[in-house]
Amino acid sequence: MTDTDASPVSDTQGDETPELHGCPTWTVGGEQHGQQVVFPDRDQYLAVAKALADEGFTICVDLCGVDYLEHLDRPLPAGVVPERFEVVANLVDIGNRRRIRIRVQVPEADPTVASLFDLHPGTESPERETYDMFGIEFDGHPDLTRILMPEDWVGHPLRKDYDPGRIPVQFKEANA
Amino acid sequence: MGIVNNVLDDGLGGLTHNVITGKLETIVNWSRSRSSWPASFGLACCAIEMMATGAAHYDISRFGMEVFRASPRQADVMIVAGRVSQKMAPVLRQVYDQMMEPKWVISMGVCASSGGMFNNYAIVQGVDQVVPVDVYAPGCPPTPETLIHAIETLHGLIENDEILRRRAETGAGANIHVEQIETGSTPVLLGAKR
Amino acid sequence: MSTTEEPLVDDPATPLIDESKLGASVADDGDDTSGYAVFIPNTYEGAQLLKPRSETTARELLREVGSVLRMSEAEAAKLGDLPEDPDEDQTMIINMGPQHPSTHGVLRLMLELQGEQVLRCKPIIGYLHTGMEKTAEQLTYMQGGTNVTRMDYLSPFNNELAFSMATEQLLGITDDIPERATWIRMLMSELNRMSSHLLFMATNGMDLGAVSMMIYGWREREEVLRFFQEVTGLRMNHNYIRPGGVAADLPAGWRDGVLRLLDLLPERLEEYDILMTGQPIWRERLQGVGVITPNEALALGATGPILRSTGVEWDLRRDLPYLKYDELEFDIVVGSYGDAFDRYAIRLAEIRESMELVRQILERMPQGDYRIQDKKVTPPPRARIDESMEALIHHFKIFTEGFKVPEGEAYVGIESPRGEIGCYIASDGSPNPYRMHMRDPSFTNIQCLPHMMRGGLVADAVAVISSVDPVLGGVDR
Repeated sequence: MTDTDASPVSDTQGDETPELHGCPTWTVGGEQHGQQVVFPDRDQYLAVAKALADEGFTICVDLCGVDYLEHLDRPLPAGVVPERFEVVANLVDIGNRRRIRIRVQVPEADPTVASLFDLHPGTESPERETYDMFGIEFDGHPDLTRILMPEDWVGHPLRKDYDPGRIPVQFKEANA
Repeated sequence: MGIVNNVLDDGLGGLTHNVITGKLETIVNWSRSRSSWPASFGLACCAIEMMATGAAHYDISRFGMEVFRASPRQADVMIVAGRVSQKMAPVLRQVYDQMMEPKWVISMGVCASSGGMFNNYAIVQGVDQVVPVDVYAPGCPPTPETLIHAIETLHGLIENDEILRRRAETGAGANIHVEQIETGSTPVLLGAKR
Repeated sequence: MSTTEEPLVDDPATPLIDESKLGASVADDGDDTSGYAVFIPNTYEGAQLLKPRSETTARELLREVGSVLRMSEAEAAKLGDLPEDPDEDQTMIINMGPQHPSTHGVLRLMLELQGEQVLRCKPIIGYLHTGMEKTAEQLTYMQGGTNVTRMDYLSPFNNELAFSMATEQLLGITDDIPERATWIRMLMSELNRMSSHLLFMATNGMDLGAVSMMIYGWREREEVLRFFQEVTGLRMNHNYIRPGGVAADLPAGWRDGVLRLLDLLPERLEEYDILMTGQPIWRERLQGVGVITPNEALALGATGPILRSTGVEWDLRRDLPYLKYDELEFDIVVGSYGDAFDRYAIRLAEIRESMELVRQILERMPQGDYRIQDKKVTPPPRARIDESMEALIHHFKIFTEGFKVPEGEAYVGIESPRGEIGCYIASDGSPNPYRMHMRDPSFTNIQCLPHMMRGGLVADAVAVISSVDPVLGGVDR
């Protein structure tokens, strides 16, 4: 694991962090700038988030979704079943000055996942945005409505099968 | 058949044209061009440059425009500064409709003029899809000099009455495109006057 | 660094809200807004409107009160000053924005007022949604900076820096960035912090009535923008910080420009102190307004001056240092009351801290390259293109197809004037980002608004928005 190596290292750390046991985890970005990433199942997601909050990760700074429709063969640790969508949550531990990332796989057929709202009320807007942009529904969110697009918009813009909506412009040949 | 014919219906247009009313129209146009108040419609980054134009260094107060009226009823010019999203377009139209005639629109920046670098589902590709535009000011964001150039172009057209005549013919805006002006190469230094 | 001792998570056995006991109100189906629908214009937003209280579920009601944060149901019920059974005639739901002189952009607020007092507030955003994250998937990494810099348009360098650092982490070249490039990035970031806080001074002043402050703040900002123009060629939205370094070296004579700034500003800041900080009207308008406690700020994900105003000492430049901030000496400014005055004072002090940082950077700026010499990432100098075929090919490849970034994902968070700005990039080995997401500080800071405004007056609502200093470009992206 050198500093210039950006590829992830597969590392099931069962011993150091028992609460995360059962959830594969690895570190991306090398030693110096790296960050730990945890991969819980949908069922374990809320429990893992609660465990991490107990550990000290008090702020959830970011929650977003990713649509891996065109990149289904992405590298994942052993034991993680890749699905079409992922929900990525970044947490920060202020006391110990560290970050951690949670990546949950969300299948296309049933795009629901637990909401972190009860634990981190600051995820209210990011979860609404993820719903708006991807169609991923969050169980337990108090007000899951569109936040960026108009209310009656059809479709979820950041999905890979949603066209960017370029209008043809004269003399512009580059980029789709 | 006097001087004051159909004024109640047509306003100034109802006056039969002669020397006296000609002078009156000139005075009215002269004063309109020198005190056209903008409706604040700053949306994004161009709004910051618009505010910079209103500030001390570039000072549109010398053109009579430093009062950005919040209420569209009291405004003459709408400077659409910034990218107009799909959600904002009806709001834009509503504000434009609430302005009293005569009114003009300056489309500031490339996002307002044509959608800019954001050629996608979320941005209206040009504010002229929603409101009739009189002057387009290019730039991303346009330097305050460009905006002043656009404003002065508009004022020139107001003063010689071309805009209202053009509007009456087509119902559309004046469609003037100005050139972008770069900020001066040797910056003028503000003295530290106390 | 304050950490709380008691566990912040409720016992999962007892639910946070037991709706049956609260005598929950009508189920929320969203559309029927009981009669006042006739007055709603074409900009009706459906379920995003603030529903009358009788149609709001207990869950939503508690959320808007802000009391759902880690409080037991009994404590939430004790919040007191909300009337038990509100007669709807006495409260008024009004709409503020999206076009309004004091909402800092196109932020729309629905306020429920009782007289002049704000009971509930619901921010409705999305009026500046530009699809930037979708656009980023169509642009290369070199072009990504132009897209990203227009998000939080008051601190463009910070957006570009987050994006570039995430790209560099994916490329694995974070440690190979030349020293001079790193120090130039720090210089521009700190100057950007100064210009953004000066704009905050200006808009904060104007929103509270000190209209001359608007002119003063912009006057100072012009000086900083002039320096930016000398270095990058543009006053705003520079696309200067790129993956691999910066786009161009600092021009000759840049030290004079910076020194002139540093000589000019201190006495102007003294003037602001006289005009605002000590002034009774200013203090009365800002002290005690928009109070937020540390727990609430942490729970709501607020970062930056909002979090620091509550007393939590969290500044990414010191706590999770990036670039070379760990080699510089600076103080973190922290408030104690969590009100709007603290935030104003923090930002004013941060301008002074940034000036100190800029002084230190001036002294320590090393010589060297301004961007990494890796040919795959950095285009060659224009003169070389005439001489070398390889240089021509590299230039062509980088500017048309773009450089390929290895598969992986990265998140980098830095301290912008508003809080933590972060960039999450997932890459699939192609020249375009597969997914680029910017964590914008204003997006989460706006969640604090209902909580801060509750119980205050409408005029205080304006002061609160102004003290949060949102930039709607970043909120809506």
